[in-house]
Amino acid sequence: MTLKIINHGLSTSIQDLGRPGYFHLGIPISGAMDRFSLRAANLLVGNPEGAACLEVVFLGPKIEFTRDAIVAVTGADLPVKVDGEPRDGWASFQVKAGQVLSFDFLKSGARAYIAVSGGIDTKPALGSRSTYPIGALGGVNGRNVETGDELPVGTASNGKAGQQVAPALRRLPDNPARLRVLPGLYWHRLTEAAGHAFFDDEWKVAPEADRMGYRFRGGRALEFVDREPPFGAGADPSNIVDGCYSYGSIQVPGGSEPIVLHRDAVSGGGYFTLGAIISADMDFIGQLQPHMPVKFVKVDMAGALAARGERRTALQRLREALA
Amino acid sequence: MPTIPSPLPGTFYIRPDPGSGPFKNTGDAVAIGDTIGLVEVMKTFIEIKSEIAGTFASYSAEDSAPVTAGQDLAELGD
Repeated sequence: MTLKIINHGLSTSIQDLGRPGYFHLGIPISGAMDRFSLRAANLLVGNPEGAACLEVVFLGPKIEFTRDAIVAVTGADLPVKVDGEPRDGWASFQVKAGQVLSFDFLKSGARAYIAVSGGIDTKPALGSRSTYPIGALGGVNGRNVETGDELPVGTASNGKAGQQVAPALRRLPDNPARLRVLPGLYWHRLTEAAGHAFFDDEWKVAPEADRMGYRFRGGRALEFVDREPPFGAGADPSNIVDGCYSYGSIQVPGGSEPIVLHRDAVSGGGYFTLGAIISADMDFIGQLQPHMPVKFVKVDMAGALAARGERRTALQRLREALA
Repeated sequence: MPTIPSPLPGTFYIRPDPGSGPFKNTGDAVAIGDTIGLVEVMKTFIEIKSEIAGTFASYSAEDSAPVTAGQDLAELGD
């Protein structure tokens, strides 16, 4: 069974839950930018929740099926069609051999996840099928999906059509999106006024935002506390002696435009990081379109852990609903 | 009047580069497949090609402006 890619859209890649465990060697975690939606898509079609799916950005692909399959599309509101007939998002449906899956223009959100019963069955690299193009790992021979590809699909077990995820069980960002931030090790580099401005201002997603980092602009530039640059840091006040970056950490090169490091980010470098987006909110970033308004909201460790607990509960409710 | 929508969100440009004129001017013929503008997103410029033929009337979106998927970029006349 293969999926014939008639048109790959803008940027369609194979993703699962990623390859954690190698970040200290400079290999990013990769995997779906919105893991909740990927899990939901897999559960809808009867796959293990970490099976490989297609992550679609902004513009839907066109795919011909060579065998009957159960399919679900979750995440962004990207209207789904089978042979031109509409299908619901966040629901499982059948696609017969010879039928074509396609999409209308994106209505909201940024990334849709296409799960196929049996899962995409390309060769894993370091324990994951997720695509990391810069390192040529996973995906289709280390790259994104391209027009003309034929993607292998595994053997389906128990998927069935007609399953749904009720709207109350979905997890998508508000508009403006609220992204919670835990201030970090280098917070002291900012003046008090700059620390307030960062949270008071409304930011907008920059068009450059991608899987490596989401860039924001529109807020006031940061002011730094004066210092004698430490050896090796350089004169720019946003520079540090090279350090480790975490998933979700927020760097602000030159103090002007915050960048949140995401699934395909570098693991270290010489920019200060003012803090990190909490893990519970990272999936939301994957659903932000360019120019969308965003507010950063300050939380403490207790708040971050409580939010993580709520996210786990939401995931558990999803599993129970689709069990 | 028939319109050409943006297939994806991003920033719209009516010129191939800052030093050139617009892809189309009022009264120009538009054939199927003609590029009428660019949308920039994720460090990529996507050519917006017309799926209809006609005579170019005007741009509906401003140069360098944010656009959403489905938003009209240009209108064609008869």
